[in-house]
Amino acid sequence: MENLIALKTNRIPWALKIRGVLTILVAIFIGVWFLTPLVLITISAFASPRDYYQIEKVIPTHFTVEHFHALFFELEGWQAMLNSLKVVGLTILFSFTVGLPASYALSRYKFRGKSFLKLSMLASRMFPVMILAIPLLIIYMKIGLSDTIYGVALAHTIMVLPLIILVSASILASVSVDYEEAAMIFGLSRIHAFLKITLPLALPGLVASAILAFIISWNEVFIATILNLTNRTLPAHIFRSAMDSPDYFKFTAGFIMSIPAVIFIFFVRKHLVTMWGISLK
Amino acid sequence: MLSGRKERIWTPYLLFLPTLIFLAVFVGYPLLKTFGLIFISESGKPSFRNFITLMQDSTFWKALKYTLLFLFTIVPLQVLLAFLFALFVNRRFKGYMMILYIIALPLALSDVSAALLSYNIFTSHGFLNKFLLKLGVVEIPILFFGLGLSSRAFWVIVLTEVWRATPLVFVILLAGLQVISKDYLEAGDVFGFSGWQKFFHLTLPMVMPSLQSALLIRTLFAFKIFGVVWLLAGRDLPVLAGEAYYNQAELFNPPIAATYGFVIVIICTLISWAYITIFKSRYLEE
Repeated sequence: MENLIALKTNRIPWALKIRGVLTILVAIFIGVWFLTPLVLITISAFASPRDYYQIEKVIPTHFTVEHFHALFFELEGWQAMLNSLKVVGLTILFSFTVGLPASYALSRYKFRGKSFLKLSMLASRMFPVMILAIPLLIIYMKIGLSDTIYGVALAHTIMVLPLIILVSASILASVSVDYEEAAMIFGLSRIHAFLKITLPLALPGLVASAILAFIISWNEVFIATILNLTNRTLPAHIFRSAMDSPDYFKFTAGFIMSIPAVIFIFFVRKHLVTMWGISLK
Repeated sequence: MLSGRKERIWTPYLLFLPTLIFLAVFVGYPLLKTFGLIFISESGKPSFRNFITLMQDSTFWKALKYTLLFLFTIVPLQVLLAFLFALFVNRRFKGYMMILYIIALPLALSDVSAALLSYNIFTSHGFLNKFLLKLGVVEIPILFFGLGLSSRAFWVIVLTEVWRATPLVFVILLAGLQVISKDYLEAGDVFGFSGWQKFFHLTLPMVMPSLQSALLIRTLFAFKIFGVVWLLAGRDLPVLAGEAYYNQAELFNPPIAATYGFVIVIICTLISWAYITIFKSRYLEE
């Protein structure tokens, strides 16, 4: 019996040590697994073509920013990036203008059919919106919206609207009704109470949900490629031209698309699990 | 009081009105148009011709086959890997936040950029080949992309998608793990449960809802797989969404493209419906 206890007390530090080492090993594996592709694309984006095509040169030693210049100013990358930013901005504008009243209704009222509306918002999250690009193109051609950033932004709004409504509703619900009602007792109308009291309080959360919309719209390629021929967004532009370009352009394009996304995540990292875990469900 | 009874009854519906109008115009009407494209022939008569054309086309069956193959390889790998990562991070060792951020980095990456990142590693002059050549493991570069190499490209695509989308699953599962109260696990300790027993009898049942929804979301996404496949393998590995794109953007054949889209919609609807009924019945049993 005594032996057993001695054995146990002896073994615990060992077990802890093994655990510690294992934790470090797994952490290193995770780090290597996720960071390697990002590090390598950064190297390749700046590598000089001559180093790249030298098969025995694993790590390039000569670097250049020429590809960036060419991609942005000769191959219309800059214009595509501006288009992307406009589409994203319009998508956020449209989805909040249309969706915010609905999220307010969900967060503040009890009404018949509420759970049905909530469920249909959830269900429309599951709908493969991309296929709507095909009929939308035909409709857009009739009303002159084809090949415009407005057309793409409206299509992207379909994708993000249900998400914005649901996430914003839960954020608005977390702002206490009491402030709003107090303001209304002091004579503010409901709309003023919302704009002056609730909206500022909910703003940080709403910004986080706007970021979700940003990422979805910024990355979307199927709809953007089908709807627009000349006014292409960045992903659509790269998608159409990358595979016909020399390799070093592909890498620079990959870098240009990836790094904003990575920086983005760095800035919203604090909201990641609490917000995204819920909203992605 | 401040608002009359009438306002109270109608306000929520009025607030929902813009959303409903928007969805009717931008989802309802295009959907009707899709049906028109697929089921009404040029002469204006109802016809199943597009559907029949699709069913008789061997490319369609190939596309369905590869979509399902991707689904059944990628989704289980993603969910398993993400679950392991989530369990690992949830142990909250020193510096776990750092690991969390690293896992989250690809979260906002698009499939297009993931494909280019992957191309950078696996192409003939890519890092993998140069590295292997340097080590003397191979004498000539291994080709992963190109004609007749679709089975290699398949695995590169699987790897790329697992790399890119594991974080999306990870975040859902970690959120699910974090709401599990410590009390349950401590109660398990009191009853002398081993680590494994605690996992199978406490943790696993409690993250099940998150696991299920992660599984559903990834399954639905798998039917939309398109960008990575198109860039890395082109039509050597046809998939449903890729064929919809090809028929629309390259062949300018909207009816067939719409029919491909329609098939995706049907499959996604069936899966969501099955999921909701299974999920709901279980919820009611409890």
